[in-house]
Amino acid sequence: MDKFRMIFQFFQSNQESFMNGICGIMALASTQMYSAFDFNCPCLPHYNLAYGMGILLVPPFILFLLGFVLNNNISMLAEEWRRPQGQRGKDPSVLRYMFCSMAQRAMIAPAVWVSVTLLDGKCITCAFCTSVPLEALGNASHPRLSQGEIQRVLARIPCKEIYNGQQLIANEVAVRYLRCISQALGWCFVLLMTTLAFLVRSLRPCFSQAAFLKSRYWSHYIDIERKLFDETCAEHARCFAKVCIQQFFEGMSTDLVAAHCHLPRKAPADAGEAAEKLLGITDQGTMNMALKSWHRCKPPLHLHPPALPTGNGWAGEGQSPTHASAPRRETAAYYSWV
Amino acid sequence: MDRFRMIFQYFQSNSESVMNGICGLLALASVKMYTSFDFSCPCLPQYNVAYGLGIMFVPPVILFLCGLILNRQSLVMLEEWRRPPGHRKKDLAVIRYMCSSIMQRAMVAPVIWIIVTLLDGKCLICAFSGSVDPERFVGFANVSTVQVQQLLAKVPCKDDELMRNNTSRKAVSRYLRCWSQALGWSIFLVLIIAAFLARWLRPCFNQATLLQARHWSNYIDIEQKIFEETCCEHSRLFAHKCILHFFESMRQEIKLHSFSLPREGEGAEGEEDLLQGITDQDQVNKLLKTWYYEKPPLDVSQAHQR
Repeated sequence: MDKFRMIFQFFQSNQESFMNGICGIMALASTQMYSAFDFNCPCLPHYNLAYGMGILLVPPFILFLLGFVLNNNISMLAEEWRRPQGQRGKDPSVLRYMFCSMAQRAMIAPAVWVSVTLLDGKCITCAFCTSVPLEALGNASHPRLSQGEIQRVLARIPCKEIYNGQQLIANEVAVRYLRCISQALGWCFVLLMTTLAFLVRSLRPCFSQAAFLKSRYWSHYIDIERKLFDETCAEHARCFAKVCIQQFFEGMSTDLVAAHCHLPRKAPADAGEAAEKLLGITDQGTMNMALKSWHRCKPPLHLHPPALPTGNGWAGEGQSPTHASAPRRETAAYYSWV
Repeated sequence: MDRFRMIFQYFQSNSESVMNGICGLLALASVKMYTSFDFSCPCLPQYNVAYGLGIMFVPPVILFLCGLILNRQSLVMLEEWRRPPGHRKKDLAVIRYMCSSIMQRAMVAPVIWIIVTLLDGKCLICAFSGSVDPERFVGFANVSTVQVQQLLAKVPCKDDELMRNNTSRKAVSRYLRCWSQALGWSIFLVLIIAAFLARWLRPCFNQATLLQARHWSNYIDIEQKIFEETCCEHSRLFAHKCILHFFESMRQEIKLHSFSLPREGEGAEGEEDLLQGITDQDQVNKLLKTWYYEKPPLDVSQAHQR
């Protein structure tokens, strides 16, 4: 148990680094997803913008929600938020701290997706190829075309194989221009995010350090309390099950004794523990009956108090109803298979 | 489990080596970022300078801020700087020492980016191809001023149709790359000499103050880690007591309502203790419902008095 306690303590005190690890894995997964995704610009006037912007903005939203879903603490936050007050007051600053720390971690993978998309340039090239400034970049001697025609030609810029507007504007010039804009946007976005993160992290000790320490302690406390309660309940359930099953077998063997009038076989002194564990079931027929009874008619979830010591150990169960006082009957549920 | 304890203790006592490790990782990440970044010069007269210099200077700022954010000691230093004096005076020498060590570590990755960029040469070629003197290169000497700017701006793009087989383009490119690499190596040399001198000459000035500052900055770092650990341990014990107290109060409530006989059996005492007197489906349901609807107050003083 010491081993588990040490591991538990290690993770608890390094819970933040554990969550940071998950965060980093999601960021890597986001990069991997992008490189595995087969980007296919439709090269049609109105579809390009929708496709490009969709690929830029929808996956980050999904990754953001996924960041919340994968975070174990979201259910803890929801529980703490919705619980009735009872004897323990609710502290909104603790809830705010928990929400902020979860939101910050969930923001990383979407930010990585947006940065990688912008730095790569395919999305912006696809989305804004119809808005390229023809006057500045186009060839001087281009044929006069209607607006619709120009839009259709420009929309094919990302698809080099079907591009037919070399006289209008060179494909490489347009792609280089759009990619330059995209990369500039990407780097500015990364700079903005990093500056925000830096400000958030460095301004906190200057303003609300005491309140922060308090919120952090109590949010860790709520987490630990929930885990310990689950552990205690699991331990309780284990003991409950053990006693319930023991009483089931005892009940079975008592009924068998009553039904078959077997003399209780006193186990020889040296057989000891093993004989006790057999609980009076020592042949195939009896065992089969016990198993069938377990399946057909499980015992109620109610444990009897342990038998009072009498001369005949097996008949103890039969005697307890006579000792029960009236008030006890409402909580006792005597189980009889006969 | 001694192993975990040892590893934990190692990291605690060697926070400097942890920070050096992070610094090294960030430097490697900086090189990796540069090699995986797809540099594509726009080859347009007004955009080249902005793009080239932007790629050379914006990522270093980002890497510097990342170096500050990822360094745990920067938070420790800020807290030490902003805390009220209370019973403990503040030593500015310690704060200065911490600040300088944080800055030095945060500067490594940006400097590596700049040096790699200069040694590679693409950024400078892109930024300054429009600023070379066209008279020095045969292919650009007799071209009109407006056109020469356009042509020079296309020098970084090898695959452009105008530049594909142009020997003057290669000449300009080589010229700019030579300058870029010379600048890169010079900066590298200057920085290495500065680092060498700083490290070598430091013991000649104020060695005793330095030792004190280093000791106390290490102390502040360890003290904070141990405080956080103690708080975790404390909250675990608090929670444990709170839950036991809760089960105990539930058991007493059940006893009050059911007038059960005092148990005399010795056999299953061990398990009965663990069951805390809760031996029924309804009782368990009631316990769980009470846990949700009426969490116990955060006060284990009665548990202590028992």
